[in-house]
Amino acid sequence: MLRIASNNRQSGTVEVSRMGKLQGLLFALATVALVALATFYFTRTWLPPLKSDRVAIDHAIWLSLVVTGAVFILTNLLLAYFSWRFQDDGQTRAAYWHHNPRLEWAWTLVTALIMCTFLFKALNLWAEVTSPPPADAMLIEVTGQQFAWNVRYPGPDGMLGRTDHLLASQENPIGLDKSDPHSTDDVLLLNQMVLPQDRPVRVQIRSMDVIHSFFLPNFRVKQDAVPGMTVQIWFTPQGIGDYEIACAEHCGLGHYRMRGQVHVVSADGFDKALADAAAQ
Amino acid sequence: MTEMAHGPEAHAGQAHAHAKEAFIWKYVFSKNHRIIGVQYYVTAMVMALVAGLLAMLIRLQLAWPQKDWGVLAKIFPMGYDAGGGFGVMRPEFYAMLFTMHGTIMVFFVLSTAPVSGFGNLLIPLQAGARDMAFPFLNGLSFWTFFVGCVVILTSFFVGAGAAAGGWTAYPPLSALKAAVPGSETGQTFWIVGMVFFIASFTMGGLNFVTTIINLRTKGLSPLRMPMTLWAMFLVAVLGLLAFPALIAACIMLIFDRHFGTSFFLPTGLVLNNAPLLGADGKFLHQGGSPLLWQHLFWFLGHPEVYILMLPALGFTSDILTNFARKPLFGYKSMVGAMCAIGGLSFIVWGHHMFVSGMNPYLAMAFAVGTILIAVPSAVKVFNWLATLRGARIRFNTPMLWAMGVVSLFISGGLSGVWLAQSAPDIQLHDTMFVAAHFHLIMAGAALFGVFGATSYWFPKMFGRMMNDTLGKAHFWFTFIAYYCTFFPMHYIGIAGHLRRIYDPYQYEFLKPLQPINEFITISALVLGVSQILFFINFFWSAFAGRKAGENPWDANGLEWTTASPPPHGNWPGAIPEVHRWPYEYANPDFPKDHVMQTEPLTAAEQKLKAAEGPSRHEH
Repeated sequence: MLRIASNNRQSGTVEVSRMGKLQGLLFALATVALVALATFYFTRTWLPPLKSDRVAIDHAIWLSLVVTGAVFILTNLLLAYFSWRFQDDGQTRAAYWHHNPRLEWAWTLVTALIMCTFLFKALNLWAEVTSPPPADAMLIEVTGQQFAWNVRYPGPDGMLGRTDHLLASQENPIGLDKSDPHSTDDVLLLNQMVLPQDRPVRVQIRSMDVIHSFFLPNFRVKQDAVPGMTVQIWFTPQGIGDYEIACAEHCGLGHYRMRGQVHVVSADGFDKALADAAAQ
Repeated sequence: MTEMAHGPEAHAGQAHAHAKEAFIWKYVFSKNHRIIGVQYYVTAMVMALVAGLLAMLIRLQLAWPQKDWGVLAKIFPMGYDAGGGFGVMRPEFYAMLFTMHGTIMVFFVLSTAPVSGFGNLLIPLQAGARDMAFPFLNGLSFWTFFVGCVVILTSFFVGAGAAAGGWTAYPPLSALKAAVPGSETGQTFWIVGMVFFIASFTMGGLNFVTTIINLRTKGLSPLRMPMTLWAMFLVAVLGLLAFPALIAACIMLIFDRHFGTSFFLPTGLVLNNAPLLGADGKFLHQGGSPLLWQHLFWFLGHPEVYILMLPALGFTSDILTNFARKPLFGYKSMVGAMCAIGGLSFIVWGHHMFVSGMNPYLAMAFAVGTILIAVPSAVKVFNWLATLRGARIRFNTPMLWAMGVVSLFISGGLSGVWLAQSAPDIQLHDTMFVAAHFHLIMAGAALFGVFGATSYWFPKMFGRMMNDTLGKAHFWFTFIAYYCTFFPMHYIGIAGHLRRIYDPYQYEFLKPLQPINEFITISALVLGVSQILFFINFFWSAFAGRKAGENPWDANGLEWTTASPPPHGNWPGAIPEVHRWPYEYANPDFPKDHVMQTEPLTAAEQKLKAAEGPSRHEH
């Protein structure tokens, strides 16, 4: 297949770049430098420290890095090698080589196989992350509004009180219906969230006005808060400490400061920590 | 293919009659495809200047958010708190910057220059037609686009400023006037500008499809078409099928904003602690869904990114083979891959919505489509690499850009595999990782494709060559600065750096990222300033560049069989016939290293073709 004609080319109209060799070398060097830079960046600590049970997401990111990183290095080095190796010499012709069904099928099928593996893993992981919460999961409601997170706990009765958006006001931002007996013991926090360690929590996410996105970088949790919808997610906090809540969806002028705090405490200290936070 | 209305003799006669046309009809309200292509291109350049400037301001803010920019405050009094001697950027101005940067770049620059600009220039030349099928519609399409540009640019100066709800314009933010200042008059202008753009793009698409199907010259069967022509055909089809969803959404948004409907607005909206009530004491809006907009927007939005990219992939195949002096490897699989990408692009839009609150089962379906699209994309890369193997590469400016596209397509495409997996996307969605991904693959590949095409087909635009040395300098500055700007964004994105954020350092976990942001900003400024080289080269070469012959690059395609620039009607005599594919380089059976598409088959080739039957050896 690889036939190379040795007779001189009869070009002449094209000004063959005298800097051709240099350009090819430069391209090769730039590509190699890129590979080195990428490798340097991607092997440093990067993800915010993981503080939840969603370790499988980190594993999926690592696997993606390893596989795509290998392909990245390989293809870029090939590009570098070809631009360094196969430069016009004004004398010989290129190889007259333009199809090879076996080779083409091989790389198509190998790529498809790798992608199917990714797909299989990705779908399983997604099913796990979006599975129904365990029965003993603690219920919390988070309601976004411009530009704050309203966090509500059901209190001792375990039931969230009714809300009616018609009742919303400066003093009652989420429109809690005080006439509902379940609402009397609800605990309300603003931009604060207290979580017990190692207990699954299910979070019901809502919005009063525009779309926000409830993002806990350390917990690998992100869910849009969409007005008119209540979306439930669940996860298990692991690791005592204070972490940040961010809004990940552009929601207006104050989007950049729609920031909150998560306090993960021991299971024993939870009730006291929640009461302290509510008293503030 | 036979010619429709454009008989060669009649047209040649017309060309003389047209010679004394007034300037305004020849160059302003022109119906000539080449002039219209250049008009699109130059308008897109102006829009790119505006959108690029916005990007520079965004970067300054992200690197040094609380800095007092005295000079900038004087230039943009509406954007900076000039009162009391402070020149700190206002958050509403920042929201406007990233909204309009995205909108203008995606639609008015990177859809316009490669598709409308080079599509109009190249389709008749590569297909062997006298002009586009509907020249009047073509002119109308440009002027409709031009009105859209004027409306978009005007929006900066109305009321509270231009739209500020993101280029995706998600309601309720974009629908409620009190939600963000830009959602007052600015958003209305945004919608009107988009409607003009879509109308123009639809007219263009009809012209593209009709021309490519009906006006191809004799012998130019589909499997002899250059990859650029294939790309233009697919792009036109994608546009015709996808844009109607956005125009419908835009009209619904207009109704939600001005006429009290509730397509995208649910019951129970409370803004600033006050329920939004109608005169009857009930909620003003009832029963709409914000997710409906997202579905409609991304039903367009995802095919749209391939509308930006496919032309660049086509240019790259044409340029790469020419400067490698080697046939395109796997031509049929290249065509197949492009068609597969075009088809799959319609069933992947939900990957923009993995965390939007839509049903998780739906996310699974979209993850399948998205991961599958990696296969035809990889096939393209492997074919390009195989094309370079054993080549004799000439490193002129167009080749550098084409290799840049290959590099960016690899780098940007691989991060797509991360984002396609719905669970990792939970962490990466709405972070700078996504910004890195699409700036490399969609914006970068499209931009580099346009630069490559400009330096390659410049002779057919203006009859002159661009300066190669200046072009190379432009490439190297741009290539290095581009990677330095966008590659580190992966890293800060993984660390959780949000997109569209006025001051990232409000968050403790983002504070350590400031030095990287400063590095990115300096690279972005270098990238921006480097484009001056291109503007100088473009305008200087258009008027004073070296005159180009018919075929300055020793290429094979039909566009290289006529003068540079082509005369009215494209070929002075009869339209040439096509006998072979456009990638016949380095064939050892011929004395020259390239064989034009118009070269009749040799006796030996005819014999071979007869022996193999009609279906094989199309090229």
